Amino acid sequence: MTLLGLYNYWIFILLLIVGLYAVLVKGNYVKRMIGLGIFQSAVFLLYITMDKVEGGTGPIMQGVPEPGQLYANPIPQVLILTAIVVGIAVTALGLALAIRIREEYGSIEESDIRRLDHES
Amino acid sequence: MIALIGLITLTLVAVAAIATVMATNLFVASMWFGIFSLLMASNFFILDAADVALTEAAVGAGVSTVLFMGALALTGEKEAIRSRVSWFPMAVLGVLALALFVATFQQPMLGDPMAPVHQHVAPWYLEQTPKLINIPNVVTAILASFRGYDTLGEVIVIFTAGIGVLSVLSFKPKGRQSVSSEALAAKVRGVQHHSILRVVGKLVIPLLMLFALVVQFHGKYTPGGGFSAGALFAAAVMLYGILEGADRSAKAMPEKVMLRLAVFGATLYTSVGLVCMLLGGAFLDYNVLWPDPVVGQYFGILLVEFGVGLTVTTVLVMVFNAFANRPTY
Repeated sequence: MTLLGLYNYWIFILLLIVGLYAVLVKGNYVKRMIGLGIFQSAVFLLYITMDKVEGGTGPIMQGVPEPGQLYANPIPQVLILTAIVVGIAVTALGLALAIRIREEYGSIEESDIRRLDHES
Repeated sequence: MIALIGLITLTLVAVAAIATVMATNLFVASMWFGIFSLLMASNFFILDAADVALTEAAVGAGVSTVLFMGALALTGEKEAIRSRVSWFPMAVLGVLALALFVATFQQPMLGDPMAPVHQHVAPWYLEQTPKLINIPNVVTAILASFRGYDTLGEVIVIFTAGIGVLSVLSFKPKGRQSVSSEALAAKVRGVQHHSILRVVGKLVIPLLMLFALVVQFHGKYTPGGGFSAGALFAAAVMLYGILEGADRSAKAMPEKVMLRLAVFGATLYTSVGLVCMLLGGAFLDYNVLWPDPVVGQYFGILLVEFGVGLTVTTVLVMVFNAFANRPTY
């Protein structure tokens, strides 16, 4: 049972590797942005895993908290809350660049673009 | 029981991530990515992070899926299949995975109250928030007040990214004709010919906007705040654009006005900080805004969160309109 306490970290590793695989190996720029999104989500998962306190609740204090009431750690939540929205802004910028590349080269595959650059 | 649900959703998250990367049709991949984000959001909720879950559901499953589809309409949805896979990146990934796996055995178990992260700073925030700021949601208190500097930086980053998208897409390819105006009209018209979708979808839009306003202004008491509210409001506008045509959403939310509002949101945040300085406090020290420091904190957080919500909404709406109304070249 103690090993299951590490399950979140293992899923974090899997997502990190899957996301990085898409970024490194895939040649399609939109696919790479998706891979970057998965990579980001892996980091989000790591941080949110940190915040959990056994027997605690979300960090919202309704009324006067009872003595001994445990709360989840709010700091990782704050960091990730803002990071999610910054992440979508970055994704939007990457997709805009992919659109422009497609308009100039007629393709968003890296192999095609390398070939076209080589020919010109 | 909760732990079991957590295990199942985490496993599903992993399955969805692998399916996303395996799919060679990018439309299918972006749909899988939306499912992935929604599962991730439910998993955040299980881990006691309600604010983050709300934001991830609105941003990851809602806005980002729409943006990917908008981009795919312009770039094509087929991915070229590569038969040759070079061994170097695979070897790097394998080593990295192994190193991280070994490192996990030194990590604190999930939910361990004695973990180092819970020993420093966090207890102080949990203890002092009721005294200094007196709002129930500690996440909002830290976001808008204790760590107001960081959040100001994030807002500027989002604003900059929005400007970046607009300037990248302001270029037009030279010497190439865009597709005919009929084809563009068919693209921006969206799903107007599906009456059931339109009627049902229209019912959702006002509720979604109302919910966004609740999340925005009630975020001090319940999960929420400017970031999630902004994403929800933008999602409502995007739904309108999909149902009624992107030209209409661009007309309802014109880029000129949106850009000014985005600047206004970021400026509002900064000027609250400057007013605090003029009243004799430090930058973003809301205590001086009112004779009673706790009331000062209340107004400071309200204004700052409004600025955040405004900037996030307008930037996301501008990006959607720019993607959806662009002709294919």
